[in-house]
Amino acid sequence: MASIDYPLEHPKIHPREFSFSETLYAWVATVDHKRLGLMYIVSALIFLVIAGIMASVMRIQLAVPNNHFVDPDTFNRLFTMHGTTMVFLVGMPIVAGLSNYLVPLMIGARDMAFPRLNAFGFWIFLFGGLLLYYSYIGGSGLSGAGSAPDVGWFAYAPLTEKAFSRGASSDFWALGVMVSGFGSIASAINVIATTISLRCPGMTLSRMPVFVWVMLVDAWLILVALPPLSAAQIMLLLDRSLGANFFNTQAGGSAVLWQHFFWIFGHPEVYILIFPAFGTLSEIIPIFSRKPIFGRPAMVGAVVAIGFISLGVWAHHMFAVGMTSWSNTFFAASSMLVGVPTGIKIFNWTATMYGGKLRFATPMLFCCGFLLQFLVAGLTGIMLAVAPFDWQLHDSYFVVAHFHFTLIGGLVFGVFAGLYYWFPKATGRMLSEKLGKWHFWLFCIGFNMTFIPLHFAGMLGMPRRIYTYAAGRGWESWNMIASIGVIFQAAGILFFVWNVIQSLRFGERAGDDPWDAWTLEWATTSPPPEYNFEKLPVVRSSRPLWDLKHPQDPDWKFE
Amino acid sequence: MIVHALAALLQTQVPGLPEHRVANIFKPLASPAQSEYEIAVFVIAITTVIFVVVGGLIVFTIVRFRRRPSDDTRQEPPQVYGSNQIEVAWTVIPILIVFVLIGVTARITAGVQNASPPASTVKVTVIGHQWWWEVVYPDFGLTTANEIHVPASPDGKTATYLTLRSMDVIHSFWVPQLSGKTDLIPNRDNFLWIDPKEAGIYLGNCAEYCGTQHANMLLRVIAHPPGDFEKWMAEQQKPAEQNPQMTEAKAMFESLSCINCHTVKGTPAVGKFGPDLTHLMSRETIGAGVLTNTAENLRNWINDPQVAKPGCYMPSMKLTDQELGQVVSYLESLK
Amino acid sequence: MAATSVVPVPPGPMEREWTTPDRGTVGIIFLIVTETALFSIFVVTYLVYIGKSLNGPYPREVLSIPIIASICLLLSSWTVYRAEHALQHNHLDRFKLWWIITILLGGEFLIATGVEWYHLITKEHFTISTNLAGSTFYSLVGLHASHVIVGLTFLLLVLIVTLAGFPIQTQFRRVRFLSWYWHFVDGIWVVVFTVVYIIGR
Repeated sequence: MASIDYPLEHPKIHPREFSFSETLYAWVATVDHKRLGLMYIVSALIFLVIAGIMASVMRIQLAVPNNHFVDPDTFNRLFTMHGTTMVFLVGMPIVAGLSNYLVPLMIGARDMAFPRLNAFGFWIFLFGGLLLYYSYIGGSGLSGAGSAPDVGWFAYAPLTEKAFSRGASSDFWALGVMVSGFGSIASAINVIATTISLRCPGMTLSRMPVFVWVMLVDAWLILVALPPLSAAQIMLLLDRSLGANFFNTQAGGSAVLWQHFFWIFGHPEVYILIFPAFGTLSEIIPIFSRKPIFGRPAMVGAVVAIGFISLGVWAHHMFAVGMTSWSNTFFAASSMLVGVPTGIKIFNWTATMYGGKLRFATPMLFCCGFLLQFLVAGLTGIMLAVAPFDWQLHDSYFVVAHFHFTLIGGLVFGVFAGLYYWFPKATGRMLSEKLGKWHFWLFCIGFNMTFIPLHFAGMLGMPRRIYTYAAGRGWESWNMIASIGVIFQAAGILFFVWNVIQSLRFGERAGDDPWDAWTLEWATTSPPPEYNFEKLPVVRSSRPLWDLKHPQDPDWKFE
Repeated sequence: MIVHALAALLQTQVPGLPEHRVANIFKPLASPAQSEYEIAVFVIAITTVIFVVVGGLIVFTIVRFRRRPSDDTRQEPPQVYGSNQIEVAWTVIPILIVFVLIGVTARITAGVQNASPPASTVKVTVIGHQWWWEVVYPDFGLTTANEIHVPASPDGKTATYLTLRSMDVIHSFWVPQLSGKTDLIPNRDNFLWIDPKEAGIYLGNCAEYCGTQHANMLLRVIAHPPGDFEKWMAEQQKPAEQNPQMTEAKAMFESLSCINCHTVKGTPAVGKFGPDLTHLMSRETIGAGVLTNTAENLRNWINDPQVAKPGCYMPSMKLTDQELGQVVSYLESLK
Repeated sequence: MAATSVVPVPPGPMEREWTTPDRGTVGIIFLIVTETALFSIFVVTYLVYIGKSLNGPYPREVLSIPIIASICLLLSSWTVYRAEHALQHNHLDRFKLWWIITILLGGEFLIATGVEWYHLITKEHFTISTNLAGSTFYSLVGLHASHVIVGLTFLLLVLIVTLAGFPIQTQFRRVRFLSWYWHFVDGIWVVVFTVVYIIGR
């Protein structure tokens, strides 16, 4: 027998209710990866709603030409804060939250490798986020100019230099994002150390769930891609506060250098953001198809390939800055190549479903939505990678539509799939299927209604980041349709929020393993005890619970 | 609404508006835009085929393999772990497609970027400002703003060679029917040449976020039929109109701080911060396209530019009615 | 489902002894990876902006090669290795000696940097805002110096607890991680030195 016996106390049954302050203390002082994971996810969802409201205000403003719903400064702050929030305060904590909650459970560990570093990472992330939002109050600075940052989420120099961005708003942007980035780096180191060092006996790298592999590569990308952004932000802060000249074009500084540094971070970043969705799909599709993931090695290989190729594609955001035709062609080529492993993933997910018995519970619905929408996003991505075509599409609404297809149609759908799938594990109760289906269909219809038209607005010459536009350029109808779509999306989100509130109190009891799943997190109770497993599991295949449920036909016989 | 939206996509005209109002990238009328259009159609064709095939496969799988009520839930489907042949197939085929795309991209990219313009070119320097365009014709000693007048080139034998610069932050030159974007970057010169096939007005925008009034940094290229461009140039090269009836108004204008930022050639007004006003009335718009150039609009604009273009760097000069009237009438004399 | 968890423990012997790498080792290695990424951006910026300054003073006029400081820092890499080696074999006195020498060498480097900066700023009027060379010089060297400060702080901490009688042998792993970090800081100096004082002049 190879199980390792730990002298553990029996799970306590608490005889009394905790007071509010005790509960608060327990959450604030916790180093438990599950609580930290939940706090990451909850803060991400709160920021998602805030940034979603910002987006809705922008869609109201753009619904009709020459609208005066908000003034230009407000609008510019809205899209800056919307973008920054969505990337750094929604996407990044989703990465950290899902990997925190699930990685130790999936590899049969009792916690993350560095639990206290983990808590530090969360609180510094939250501090960074609050610092960014404090700019609404404190951003006017000593000179009384400005409020929240209004330089766009990629904050191109020299617009961010003191001469063009007065007040303290750009400092808040740089500091807030940088500080929350330190949290992401802390959490990434933690994920890597956890997956490498804390796997339970038998959990070889080749048996590790695909989700864990994806989050491992994701952590690697965070480690190599975030520091360039922090470096550039340090330079920007030196420029702004000590009069350094990095991006000061008057002193010979280069405006293009910021773009290089930003996109050396920024392009891997979009993969960092989409990876959690890759992970959740790789877990959910097999369970609801009742088949193992098709081509495991290819799936893992594709993720690793993306983890390296995506480091060499950044300048496809810069086809319009006047690089040589050789550089443009190089970056076009590398950008298209990164589509190959991404394609492999879509094919393998489809092949996993092929021949299965598909059960369309809400998580699976979101996965199907993901597949079709992410296919569109990938193909418009190929269009954007073709440099001459990009000269037309770049910085137009086509780009806005493209990356919302990846980040909403892809990431958000994948994350919702994951939330519906793992909610029972985290809370012990199921989310309502009925409300879930309302949520899915409203959100899916609204999303497509908003973002399909924006492709066409871009092709008709509508640039991004304009707070208003004149009538008669062929953009009105597309924008109106897009804005109407927001109503459906918002309704979908309301159903989700209502679903969570309802199900937390009245949801059906989930039991340990409601989906009849195969990975280790379903081997413990729902919610799991603080130490996750009474006995450390021992695995002999990539589907340990399948082996347990099918002793006549275990996976390890074939591996 | 849908009909209207689709109509915009298929043509460049919206009923009741002048030509070329819709800056449709699929209606190219100059060499760079034409090349970009051709590769766009090619890429869209390929991606559409991929979408239909892969999307069809996904939908087929979803429909065909859905669990049916008659299925035995305890019976798991056959456990298939993968297939190396299939993996190789769907790795190699996309790589082949990508290589085709890379080849075409390389050819067109080099074709557009390295193409030498026709022998006969008009040189124009476009300088981006927050939030307007300075347009300089160095060979003619002429400076104007926001509206770039160029010769049309129905036979493709003449072209306009643009040098793109910026005075402050990054802007981007985008007139979709003529060419894709090229950025205007401080401390750096970018180049672009265009040869509009038809005379007419081509609309464009600044396409790189450049601050508060990025939305109203509009651009129009006016292509003149052969011969007309020279006439326009001759008009523009004349010094500012000296209308004897305007002496008083002119004196008023020159006594105000307008002249710190604006130039009227041949007068004490030599400011460089704002657009050159020497032939203001020959322009169709004011405020970089935010208003059409009518007497009423001009008056309102000078009275308080922050109404039409909040945040722009032209302040309201708080002129009295009399001052305002004189300034407007002087400006209206600058034909 | 059963009320208690169903943890899979398959029958039969484990295929092999189960070991995984030490988590601290993995952590420190990837900390160094991410720090390297940070430094590389500053190094690249320095290289890109060589010769791009619009006005003087230029690096070749004001910078002199910090030979002694560099030797001290590189030497400290060797002494920290000696200290670690001594601790591994439980020679506590030898450990303390080498550890103190390491701190002194690191301190000398930091003082030399301070003196250099003081000279540059007050005598040569070469500051971070002078020109591009100034911006890149102070940021790159300063980033490295801040890492030396962090390293020294931890070295001092170890020294203090050791002198206070804490059984530092029990923390050998952590001492080793600290020495790796110190080697990394020294290695970075080789790059910074090459870029700033050799290529950059």
